[in-house]
Amino acid sequence: MSLLNIFGVAGSALTAQSVRLNTTASNLANVESVVDEKGQPYRGKQVVFQVKPVQGEMAKGVRVKEIVESAAPFRLVYDPHNPAADEKGYVRMPNVNVVEEMVNMISASRSYQNNVEVLNTARDLLKKTLSLGQ
Amino acid sequence: MDKMESVLAFQRKAMQVHSQRQQLIASNIANADTPHYKAKDLDFRAALAAVGQRGAGVAGSPLKRTHAAHLAGNRAEADPLAPFTGYRTEVQSAVDGNTVDMDQERAAFAETTLYYEASLNFINRLLRGMRTAITGQ
Repeated sequence: MSLLNIFGVAGSALTAQSVRLNTTASNLANVESVVDEKGQPYRGKQVVFQVKPVQGEMAKGVRVKEIVESAAPFRLVYDPHNPAADEKGYVRMPNVNVVEEMVNMISASRSYQNNVEVLNTARDLLKKTLSLGQ
Repeated sequence: MDKMESVLAFQRKAMQVHSQRQQLIASNIANADTPHYKAKDLDFRAALAAVGQRGAGVAGSPLKRTHAAHLAGNRAEADPLAPFTGYRTEVQSAVDGNTVDMDQERAAFAETTLYYEASLNFINRLLRGMRTAITGQ
């Protein structure tokens, strides 16, 4: 029954989008983190999606292939009283772009909602199929 | 009885094709943010004609392998409707090479849902009519 594969497809998309939402949350939370566990300013993280075969040629889900760190330069903020400041008084701040992250968050939540709707529709159709002839 | 069977068989085949199309559209929606993913759809007319010709129960019932050494057989046989899929024409191009247009996919998904429910209704009404005829009420 191919409607059952939709659960696998939409479910994988839900997982992938929630990972994306997680990285966005982590980026937004660390927008002021001057020092991470390696002593460097926090680097923004982005997910890379990849097609994941669920069943045969028709059902293709999605998975997170990797999480890449942003290579953008760190923001320089003049703050001579900060202990992390260099000799000229500049502090290297994380390379997270807050506007970009907000857009990412909205996009991820919309995609998540779309897939939930797909899941609900498939469930309704299967329910109706099960009660056929009653 | 033959007539009833033919109506039932036709609706069943239509439902098979619709559910395959539904699966394809669900894949498009799931991959709306995947770079280089190309949206696909099913040629419904051709697919339904092919399912009708090959007789009942072909789609979704590949060869059963009861031993590890058995050959898997033809790939197309496992997915009989795969030859009728095609790539969608791009509406608005995206920088990442993705061709999924969410509005189009949502519309197609709703359309397929409706057709599937219509087939379900046809079968239900037929069965109900038969029951009425049998019980004579």
